Amino acid sequence: MFSGPSNFVESVDTAFWVVMVISVFFLVVITFSMVYFVIKYSRKKNPKAENIHGNVTLEVTWTVIPTILVLIMFWYGWVGYKQMTEAPEDSMVIDVTAQMWKWTFKYQNGVQADTLYVPLKKNVRLNLHSLDVNHAFFVPAFRVKKDVIPNRNNFVWFNISETGSYNIMCAEYCGLNHSNMYSKVIVIPEQNFNFWLENKSRLKSGSQTTTVKTDTVSN
Amino acid sequence: MASDAIAVNGNEKEPSYLEYTGKGRGLKSWITSTDHKRIGILYLCSLLLFFAVGVVFGFLMRLELIAPGRTIMDPQTYNQIFTLHGVIMIFLFVIPGIPAVFGNFFLPILIGAKDVAFPRINLLSWYLFVSGGLLAILSITLPGGSADTGWTFYVPYSVRSGTNVTYTLFAAFMLGFSSILTGLNFVTTVHRMRAPGMSWFKMPLSIWSLYATAWVQVLATPIIGITLLLVAVERWFGVGLFDPALGGDPVLYQHLFWIYSHPAVYIMILPAMGVVSEIIPVFARRTIFGYKFIAFSSIGIALFGSLVWAHHMFTAGMSDTGQFVFSILTFLVAIPSAIKVFNWTATLYKGSIELGPPLYYALGFIFLFSIGGLTGLFQGTLAVDIQVHDTSFVVAHFHYVMFGGTGFGIFAAMHYWFPKMFARMYNQKAAKVAFWFLFVGFNTLYFPMFIMGWLGMPRRYYDYLPEFHIYHFISTIGSWILITGLIIMFTNLIRSLRKGKILTEQNIWGGETLEWRVPTPPPHENFEHIPTITEGPYEYKQNEEPQLEEVK
Repeated sequence: MFSGPSNFVESVDTAFWVVMVISVFFLVVITFSMVYFVIKYSRKKNPKAENIHGNVTLEVTWTVIPTILVLIMFWYGWVGYKQMTEAPEDSMVIDVTAQMWKWTFKYQNGVQADTLYVPLKKNVRLNLHSLDVNHAFFVPAFRVKKDVIPNRNNFVWFNISETGSYNIMCAEYCGLNHSNMYSKVIVIPEQNFNFWLENKSRLKSGSQTTTVKTDTVSN
Repeated sequence: MASDAIAVNGNEKEPSYLEYTGKGRGLKSWITSTDHKRIGILYLCSLLLFFAVGVVFGFLMRLELIAPGRTIMDPQTYNQIFTLHGVIMIFLFVIPGIPAVFGNFFLPILIGAKDVAFPRINLLSWYLFVSGGLLAILSITLPGGSADTGWTFYVPYSVRSGTNVTYTLFAAFMLGFSSILTGLNFVTTVHRMRAPGMSWFKMPLSIWSLYATAWVQVLATPIIGITLLLVAVERWFGVGLFDPALGGDPVLYQHLFWIYSHPAVYIMILPAMGVVSEIIPVFARRTIFGYKFIAFSSIGIALFGSLVWAHHMFTAGMSDTGQFVFSILTFLVAIPSAIKVFNWTATLYKGSIELGPPLYYALGFIFLFSIGGLTGLFQGTLAVDIQVHDTSFVVAHFHYVMFGGTGFGIFAAMHYWFPKMFARMYNQKAAKVAFWFLFVGFNTLYFPMFIMGWLGMPRRYYDYLPEFHIYHFISTIGSWILITGLIIMFTNLIRSLRKGKILTEQNIWGGETLEWRVPTPPPHENFEHIPTITEGPYEYKQNEEPQLEEVK
C-alpha cells in the first residue's frame, strides 16, 4: 500500500495510518459531541438540567472498545518493529562511527568515507559506535533510527529499492553543532558500488586522504 | 452539601485571609505566613514570574527558528535557552502549577479542613521552590553560562559539558524536594483531615486527582533527586557510574531519569484533569457522569503511569521483551485517560450549560489534551516511534499535553477560582477573547511540528534544512498569536485585582463544593464550624424539584 525507498516504509506507514484513522475518528466524535451538547443544552434553550449519575453499560463499552483498538495498534507497531531488529545473515556490514559532530563509515576492506555509499537492493547492516557522547543515526526516508551510545553495540539494517541520495541526521542532542551533524546515504546499483569501493580501496593504498567532502547537505 | 452546618456570619465578621496579617505587616506577613491560602498566593506570584521567563525563552527560540541559519543568536546560546526553557517550564511551572497554587489554596477548603496537615513544612516547600528557581536562573550570569544539556541532562554529555550543569542539577534537586514535601502534606491531609461524613466517595474529584498526584510525588521524586545528585558527583569526582569512558552505563542514567520523569508527566496532567472535573458539572448544572469511573481512572493513571518510563528509550537499544512490554503498557495507560474524556463529554449531555470563561478553558483543555493523548498513541506504536522519536513530533505531542492540557487547566483554574480568591470579578468578555487568541495561536504554533516531525525534522536543532522552512515559519507566527493571548489574559486578570467589580456573593458560579459555602474571600480559618458532610459533591438537587427555579 505504501512504498518508499526502504523495506520498512510499508509497515511503518501502514501502522502510522492505522493509528491516524482511529485517532481522527475519536477526535471528531469527541469534539462534535462537545460542541453539539454546548449548543443544544445551553442555559437559554434548556434552563433545567437533568441529573444522570452514570451508566455502567456505556462505561464498559467505552472501556472495552478502546482497549481492543489500542491492542490492534500495538500489534501493527510490534510487527513493524520486529523486522527492524533482525538483520539477515547475509548483510553487508559497515561500521559507523559517530563523534562530535561528524559521521565516519568504514567498509570491511578498510575503506573509510564520510558519505555512506550502499548498493541497491542489498541487505546492509550498520554497526553503530560512538567515540564520545550519545548520538542517534537517523535516515527519515528509510524510517531508520537508532541511538549511538558509547560502549554499546547497537545496529540498524535496511534494504533500499530506489537509487538516490538521502539525508542522515543526528537525532540525539550532542552539543554545539548537533544541528549540523549531517551526512548522506548514496544508493547506487551494485556494479557501480563495487566499482566505487575498489577505486576507493586503490586510492587508499596510494594516498592517505580518502574522504569525500560533503559540505552540502541539501538535496 | 450540608449547608446547615455552616453558620452564616452576622455582625462579627472573621477577618479574611487577605486581611489577617499574623505577626508581621506587608511583605513579611506573606513570606512568614503558614496559612495554606497565603502560601498558595505566594506560589501563584512566584510561579507566574518564572512562567514569564520561560515564555520569553520560548519566544526567542521560535524567533531564531523563523528562518534557516543564524537569525538572532549563536548555537551555544540557543542550546542554553532551550535547556532553561525546559527546566523552567517543567520544574517551575507545569509540575507545581496546580498542586502548589490551587491545591494549597483549595484542598483544605474542599475537604472541610482549616489548613494542611503540616503548615510549616508547607512554607518550607515554598522557600525550596523559590531558591531552586532562582539558582536555575542565576546560573546564566555565572562564568561558563547556564547548562546546555537539555532538561534531560543525558550522560555523557552532561558530564562533559563545560557549562554550569551542577547549578542546574542542584536547582532541580531542590525543586524536587519542594515537590516531595507538598505531596507528603497532601497525602496526610487527605487521609487525616477530611470533615466528618466526607467518605472517600464524597470527596470532590479534584481531591482524588490531587491525592493520586501526591503519591506519585512522594514515591517517584526521590529517584530523580538521587540521580541528579549522582550526576553532580560524577562531574566532581569522576566516579564512573554513568560515564562510559570510566566504565559507567549511560543507559542506566536514562532509566533512572525516566522512572521519575515519566510519572512526572502524570504529576502534571492529573491535577488539571481534577480541575476540569470540577468545572464541567458546575457550568452544566448537573451531577458528574460516572463519578467512580473518573475517580478510579485517576488512581489507574498514577499506577500504570509509573510503569511505562522506558517508552522514552525505544531507540536506545532495549531487548525485544522490554520493547514489547513497555509498548503494551503505554497503550493501556491511554484507557483511563480516554474514560475521563468520555465521562466529561457525557456530563455535558442534558445539562443546562452556561458558557462562562472557565468552561471555555476547560473545553479547550479537552480538545487539546485529546490531540496530545491521541498523538501519544503514535509514539506508543513501536514502528512509528522509531520514525518520530526525538523529532519535533514529540515536541508537538508534549506541548499539546503539557501546555494545551496542564497549561489550559491552570488557566481554567485561574478563571474559575479567581473571584473566590480575590473577591473581584474580571472582565469575562476579555477572558473569552484571550481564550480564542490562545487557542488559535497554540494550534498554529504546535500543529506544524507534528507534520515536520513525521517528515524527519529532529528536535533540539538550531538550524534546519530548507524543506522544513514553511512549517517553522508558520509555527513562529503562531507563537506571536499565542503571546498576544497571554498578554490579554494576564492584563485582564491583573487589572481586575484593583479595578474589577467587588464581589460579596459566596457562590458566583453556582457550585456545590465546599469552597462555595465559605465567605468571599475565605476567612483566615476557612470555616467557623467544620461542616458535616452528608452528600456527594455534585448533587444538584434543584434538578429533581419540579417547577423550582435555581436556588442559590
